[in-house]
Amino acid sequence: MSEATPPEVTPRSGGTTLVRAAVAAIEAATGRGPLEISDFRGTPCLRVDAHSVVAACQSLRDASALDFALLVDLTAVDWSGCRPGCEPRFDVIYQLMSLTRNERLFLAVGVPSDDPTVPSVIGLWHAAGFLEREVFDLMGIRFDGHPDLRRLVLPEDWQGHPLRKEYPLRGDDRP
Amino acid sequence: MTGAPVEAGRETLTLNLGPQHPSTHGVLRLVLTLEGETVVDCMPDVGYLHTGMEKHMEHLKYYQAVTITDRMDYLSPMTNNLAYCLAVEKLMGIEVPERAQVARVILCEMSRIASHLVWLGTSAMELGAMSVFLYCFRERETLLEAWEDTTGGRITPSYICVGGLLADLSPEFIPKVRRAIAPLPARFDDYERLLTENPIWLKRTRGIGRLTGDELINWGVTGPMLRAAGVAWDLRKSQPYSLYDRFEFDIPTGQDGDVYDRYAVRVAEMRQSVRIIQQAIDALPGGAHMSEDRRVWMPPRERVRTDMHAMIHHFKIIEEGFSPPPGTAYQGIEGPKGEIGFLVVSDGGPRPYRCRVRPPSLMNVQVLPAMVRGRLLADVIAILASADFVLGEVDR
Repeated sequence: MSEATPPEVTPRSGGTTLVRAAVAAIEAATGRGPLEISDFRGTPCLRVDAHSVVAACQSLRDASALDFALLVDLTAVDWSGCRPGCEPRFDVIYQLMSLTRNERLFLAVGVPSDDPTVPSVIGLWHAAGFLEREVFDLMGIRFDGHPDLRRLVLPEDWQGHPLRKEYPLRGDDRP
Repeated sequence: MTGAPVEAGRETLTLNLGPQHPSTHGVLRLVLTLEGETVVDCMPDVGYLHTGMEKHMEHLKYYQAVTITDRMDYLSPMTNNLAYCLAVEKLMGIEVPERAQVARVILCEMSRIASHLVWLGTSAMELGAMSVFLYCFRERETLLEAWEDTTGGRITPSYICVGGLLADLSPEFIPKVRRAIAPLPARFDDYERLLTENPIWLKRTRGIGRLTGDELINWGVTGPMLRAAGVAWDLRKSQPYSLYDRFEFDIPTGQDGDVYDRYAVRVAEMRQSVRIIQQAIDALPGGAHMSEDRRVWMPPRERVRTDMHAMIHHFKIIEEGFSPPPGTAYQGIEGPKGEIGFLVVSDGGPRPYRCRVRPPSLMNVQVLPAMVRGRLLADVIAILASADFVLGEVDR
């Protein structure tokens, strides 16, 4: 993918300023800007590489102009249902919020199906502990550096990851 | 969840609190490591109620998936309905009529009071104040009764739908709500007389389970827990939705972030909710209860019987559902337990491609070990109660 130039997005408030500041913070921390900037119906979403996600998150959290201190949510989407064979198959989506700036921001990280691993952000946010375990449990994505990466809601001996698209809703043909 | 270091030669005891224990407010299991009566470590074990709700929502049409949201935080169904519907409406770009928006505010604030009442009653009971429990459930009953004939349900109404409300408010609704909320401020005074100055209550709650605002933010905790630590963060004020910016209310905050402050903040919040409901009732406009956007609007029953096009339109919406344009939208709102939000991904089909709920209860459970380490076993019960979570939402 080419170097991104921030397109005009119109988030809830102070949008382009926020995106510019976030892009600058990520560039300073990882040496390159986001791969892509998209818009989740008014809230910007920046796509970064898996290996730079921790540095990007840290810069967004610690830059005083941004102050994304709250990890609101961490989840994943399996794209194989609507784009068969697409790679990276999964997106891990981080939602950050700045209470002082009153802004939200999404980060997306593509995760390939042959090695679904992303570095853990638990060093930055305690909140990531259960959230990463849940994504591991239901989507089968591993988080490198998580000290206790066990299934969260399903029994330890459960087979398969139910939120993956090939996993059936019901029936005996469960993998 | 690494345990605190235990010196060699010191004896510890592992104790399972739950999953079948009345004070865990549902099927939550805490694996406690005790040294004498002191908690050395705590590991929450969740998932006993996991039913695959997010997976299930991917297999339902958008208008059907609302019913799943009720069953997550079943103590506050309206806020769950609203968060989901706002996310889908954002995805589709639907404007909701004012009458529906104001009615949603009334219902959500009733939900908030009902949820806080269950919280207050059960927490007080855990610390030995049985009468508060009975009073709280008495008041909650009046609120559920007030919306029952309008919404058709008490616990799982699924009344807020994409585009507005499932049906218009019943003519009896507003008088019933007025009757239900009129005595509430005096009732809150009663609870406070029983608890606020009660020396046992104070000893059990003051200085217990303290966490600072920064710590709570790092743990992802929002809502009354965060406000009790002095952070005046409320999405109804900071990122208003559903016309909340039209109503006057304060954000109660505490200072110490202990169990007592969480109690005080929640009681003060119920008073503010009554204030909002009173304003919303006075401001409730007439007009449609449902958006006229043809993608979600259902023709009235009489027209379905007489007009072929209305019949076809009705049939297509029910049979095929409606399909938001592809994309992702998130809407977070201020639920009684913290920020509840839905991330809805559409692939252009009639069912959500992915529907993720951001569960405030999960965050409130996750933070428990940070609050109970080093405390006495008896304090675990007080801290557990102060966190306010519903296991239906934790496990989903």
